Amino acid sequence: MTPTPRALRVLEIISFLLLVAAVWMVFFFAPLEAVMGAVQKVFYFHVANAWVGMLGFIAAGISGIAYLRTHDMKWDIVEVAAVEISLVFFLIAIVTGSIWAYPVWNTWWTWDPRLTTAAILELIYIAYMLLRQGIEDPERRARFGAVYTLIGGLSVPLTFMSIRLFRTIHPVVVGGSNAAAQGGFDMSPRMLQSMLFSILVFSVIFITLFWHRIRIGVLAQTVEQLKLKLTQ
Amino acid sequence: MIEVRKLIKRFGLKTILRGLDFHVAQGEFVVLLGPNGAGKTTFLRILASLSRPSLGQVVIAGHTLPVQAAEVRRTLGVVSHQPLLYGDLTAEENLRFYGRMYDLQNLDARLTEVLQLVGLEHRRRDLVRTFSRGMQQRLAIGRAVLHDPEVMLFDEPYTGLDQDASAMLDDVLRNVAARGRTVVMTSHDLARAEELGSRFDVLSRGVIAASCLQQELGSSNLLTFYKQALAA
Amino acid sequence: MNRAAPRRSSTVAGSFLRAVGAIAWKDLAAELRSRELLSAMLVFALLVILIFNFALELDVKTRATITAGVLWVTFAFAGTLGLNRSMAVEKDQGCLDGLLLAPVDRSAIYFGKVVSNLAFMLIVEAIVLPVYSFLYNTNVVSLGLVGVILLGSIGYVAVGTLLSSMAVQTRTRDVMLPILLFPVIVPVLVAAVKASSGFLQGLPMNEILPWLNLLVVYDIIFIAIAFMVFDYVVEE
Repeated sequence: MTPTPRALRVLEIISFLLLVAAVWMVFFFAPLEAVMGAVQKVFYFHVANAWVGMLGFIAAGISGIAYLRTHDMKWDIVEVAAVEISLVFFLIAIVTGSIWAYPVWNTWWTWDPRLTTAAILELIYIAYMLLRQGIEDPERRARFGAVYTLIGGLSVPLTFMSIRLFRTIHPVVVGGSNAAAQGGFDMSPRMLQSMLFSILVFSVIFITLFWHRIRIGVLAQTVEQLKLKLTQ
Repeated sequence: MIEVRKLIKRFGLKTILRGLDFHVAQGEFVVLLGPNGAGKTTFLRILASLSRPSLGQVVIAGHTLPVQAAEVRRTLGVVSHQPLLYGDLTAEENLRFYGRMYDLQNLDARLTEVLQLVGLEHRRRDLVRTFSRGMQQRLAIGRAVLHDPEVMLFDEPYTGLDQDASAMLDDVLRNVAARGRTVVMTSHDLARAEELGSRFDVLSRGVIAASCLQQELGSSNLLTFYKQALAA
Repeated sequence: MNRAAPRRSSTVAGSFLRAVGAIAWKDLAAELRSRELLSAMLVFALLVILIFNFALELDVKTRATITAGVLWVTFAFAGTLGLNRSMAVEKDQGCLDGLLLAPVDRSAIYFGKVVSNLAFMLIVEAIVLPVYSFLYNTNVVSLGLVGVILLGSIGYVAVGTLLSSMAVQTRTRDVMLPILLFPVIVPVLVAAVKASSGFLQGLPMNEILPWLNLLVVYDIIFIAIAFMVFDYVVEE
């Protein structure tokens, strides 16, 4: 068993410190928003998590295509890691979104494009997990996983567009002057900085977790190999 | 006709075929023997282009697998455990379907020829669902010889056949051999194998453990040879 | 038995189309004989409409806006029955191997199955529409609606055939297909329902056009992708 590499340990510490810094920024650096008050502060982490979820989504898509082209199991491990982590980050984004939505719009859920697409994406991720669980052969599992990532991944932008043809009530945030978008607010420079910093922090956390998860995948594969050697 | 060099086949982390070498000249009738689970079916599936080699080279009738799989398939006729027939179609319709898939000329005449060969002419308009196992296997053999392939692969074709069907299969095999077609057959029926085969190979522990020509058997019989090969 | 039966057509495209036609014909012929798949789909579809009737208490006013939704939910659910069954036949008898042994491009198998699956779906839809009209005393059959149903069904079947080829190779089989399929065909359902609703309510064409465009885009993208990726799903 290879021990956690030093770089990863360092990254863990940095992630933690950055997270603390981000929390401080959100509560003490960023100004209190006029209309919504304290609850608006959820926004910073909400956007960061959604953004990082997108990173995972793209990573999964790329890994899927890479696997189909190279048939290297390495890409399969990366793909699973990306899906799992993206699933969790999007879940946090959805939950924080709900927390933000309730005081502002008096509803836990809105059927607007972004939120709905996020929910459908979660379902695609879960379907992906279930698909993998139902297959014994690792090679077939990897192949099918990659195919479904491709199909699912392609459908998401189309899903978003199709729902967006409906009216949206999701706030148009940056410099929002659109009267129809309720809950939108203009961001002061400090708010912008806090948001960007949060995105950075969560990207670092994403990399840390991603790295860990890939290591777990590799270790799991090693365990399987050892098990096999024992039985033969 | 068939050239296999250092064939390796892995399923996940399990290696079934370990650097298998196998050469069959045109017109040879090779019977492949081996214990259950040795990899005979896996090997035959690779030859049939239904499964890809993990490593190694497979060349059939001058075409390399898996790159030139389509050309290889034209020259192959396969009979496996399952009859590969559609229950809701008649015998004639099944053969006609495969005839179309193989793009054959004079299909009607050919259908009648084949049905007569396997002794099912009188049942041509009956649904395959109503056939006994023996009759289904007969029709499956008909399907396999329909396009008059140069190479024929039989995977335990005598399984579940009654006397009549077995005798018919004997005839078909002798006929095929007489016309100079190349045959690879796996079987547990040593008596029949000894009678039909021109060469006997034993597949054990992922490689060809022993090979013996019909003439070389001499005074000992196939069973002795087989046991010796496994003991080694 | 002395001469090998020579090939009929020498063009690749010719034999490709022949294979597609052969597979589609084989499915349709087998189904017309047993009618198991069609009757299952049909009965199921009618039951779903019946359940909707009680669940939603459709009255004349609200019915116009909900009709499109009810129809498409019905088609989506009945569709999975058809897709499952169609692939199960190949898997159970090992016939998929028979298809894979044929000297044709794998995608011919895909297109052949798509054609037959589409045919089954269209047959069911062709029966459900008049029945719905009859049950609710409104005429839902119109050229526009038929067009939407065609486009939507194509998208549904294109993705569904690919995913059912995967689902049939897993442990959970039938259950797996809806789980895989439904999140991915949301664009089809949304666009099809909106477009259908538009035609039912007699909305102007320029309002319906975006939805039709979306359907066409989806169909093209996913037929292309499924056709490219099908090899990976059936090969070992």
